[in-house]
Amino acid sequence: MIEIVETGPFNTVQDLGRPGYRDIGVSGSGAMDPLAVRIGNILVGNDEGAAGIEVQTFPFSLRFDRRTVFAVTGADGDPILDRLELLPWCAYTAEAGQVLELKHPPTLARAYVSIGGGLDVPSVMGSRSTSLRGSFGGNAGRPLVKGDRIALGDCANFAPVPANGLAVIEPAVALRDVFPDLVDGALPVRALPGGEHALFPNDGDAFWSQTWKISSRSDRTGYRLSGEPIKPTASVEMRSHGIVPGVIQVPPGGEPIVQMSDANTAGGYPKIAGVIECDLWRLGQARIGSRLRFVRSTHAEARAVEQAVARYVEDVRTTSEMVKRALKAMA
Amino acid sequence: MIATINSHAPLREILPATHGRARVSSIGARSFLLEAPGEFDLAAQRRIWALSQAVRGWRDIAEIVPGMTNLLTIFQEAPQDPDAVVARLLEAWDNARSIDLDGKTIEIPVHYGGEHAADLPALCDLARLSDREIVRIHHEATYRVFALGSAPGFGYLHGLDPRIYMPRKTVPSLKMAKGCVTIGGMQTGVAMLTGPNGWNSIGFAELQMFDPTSPKPAMMAPGDTVRFVPARIEL
Repeated sequence: MIEIVETGPFNTVQDLGRPGYRDIGVSGSGAMDPLAVRIGNILVGNDEGAAGIEVQTFPFSLRFDRRTVFAVTGADGDPILDRLELLPWCAYTAEAGQVLELKHPPTLARAYVSIGGGLDVPSVMGSRSTSLRGSFGGNAGRPLVKGDRIALGDCANFAPVPANGLAVIEPAVALRDVFPDLVDGALPVRALPGGEHALFPNDGDAFWSQTWKISSRSDRTGYRLSGEPIKPTASVEMRSHGIVPGVIQVPPGGEPIVQMSDANTAGGYPKIAGVIECDLWRLGQARIGSRLRFVRSTHAEARAVEQAVARYVEDVRTTSEMVKRALKAMA
Repeated sequence: MIATINSHAPLREILPATHGRARVSSIGARSFLLEAPGEFDLAAQRRIWALSQAVRGWRDIAEIVPGMTNLLTIFQEAPQDPDAVVARLLEAWDNARSIDLDGKTIEIPVHYGGEHAADLPALCDLARLSDREIVRIHHEATYRVFALGSAPGFGYLHGLDPRIYMPRKTVPSLKMAKGCVTIGGMQTGVAMLTGPNGWNSIGFAELQMFDPTSPKPAMMAPGDTVRFVPARIEL
């Protein structure tokens, strides 16, 4: 068991999502930074898709009621275990009764707590992620509140981690070559032109060349961007069609919306572009009020990034298994 | 809609929707949307159903989402050659023969009028028909589920009588109740979640049509026939 000691609103149980049901109107949900969840789970010895906690409002703290391995990944900022500052992207062992606390991260948006065995909430339609809109999945289909107690899964291959932790080089550093840094304080987000791109004048120049700000009306469903409105040369009403996270729609007001993890499954606004899937985790870590720019990409680039991420995850998995085997042998 | 080829962009980005030719565009690197040309009608949707069945069997597909005379295909990874994917989809569309799905018939009891029919007076004005006429026209028609989407279990129903078409609201109702029987443009449906909704409500249905814990969570499926049965008329 873990018990939620302190939490802001909208912190939820998430895993890698509930794909496969968009054709009956059910959103994919899942972590906004799935890469952090995968790495966190690998570090604590879980399946990549085990459920953890997505923390997006801070401070947050929980109490462990059994000895377990855990890791905090995603956001920057040091987690605190019983007043002891720890590193993010690092697996530690917590003793029964210890309290893990997450303070507001310095720059990023979302932290993920992975725990050995994963959170043992019921799997609904193949996933333990919370569907806030549908009010099902996760912890009773709702955000966590103080006092919630959540069972942990069996930790079949509990492998102790070294006393000073088992760390991984975080993706932003390890994958520096494929994920370019901020440019003049704006996050570069790669995207491909969408179905209605040609309706925007000058090859969509107003969209691609300006710096957008993530407005306060942004959440797990989507980011509303503020900036100079962009208008298509003709107003069109599309027939309802399936959409996925990353689609950038332009509603009549001209300020784009990027659909995120809790994306609606259908839409009809003109689509000027679509964020490449591999850049979505970075967008998921971008805070309200922060700035971003869209960079025109290609399928080839997206594929190359995808492969680099896959190699990194595989590397982390192999190395962490190797280290744990060595530790076991030494013990 | 008509799209033009963008001279600055590679051809794959925008394909022209010319007569009889479907259009394929991308969303991100892994998803491709095929839009059927021509009318919004049962004939086009039957070909979309056929296309869905064909594409569902492709080994590199992660998920497909049939829409209203269109199909979103989500691939497992960003394809090496997007042009080849576009060509495959167009070829599959060309080969898709109209099929009819063996749907079931669902009867939905409706309480027409009353507190949930907030938009019925406006529809009377727009259609220049009495509320009684509108209710009769709505429940006498037979509808087909074209596709599901937007909310868990929500079916887009085709077959609305053109006399009671009503455009979606530009400013959505902030808190429309789950169960409201609504009209959105040339479609009708039953609201599945309480929340913001741009469609126009003319009645209320209590039937539960989605259960996430069931092996088959959604009651409706594409191809089903739907009839609205007046349980009560309160005008």
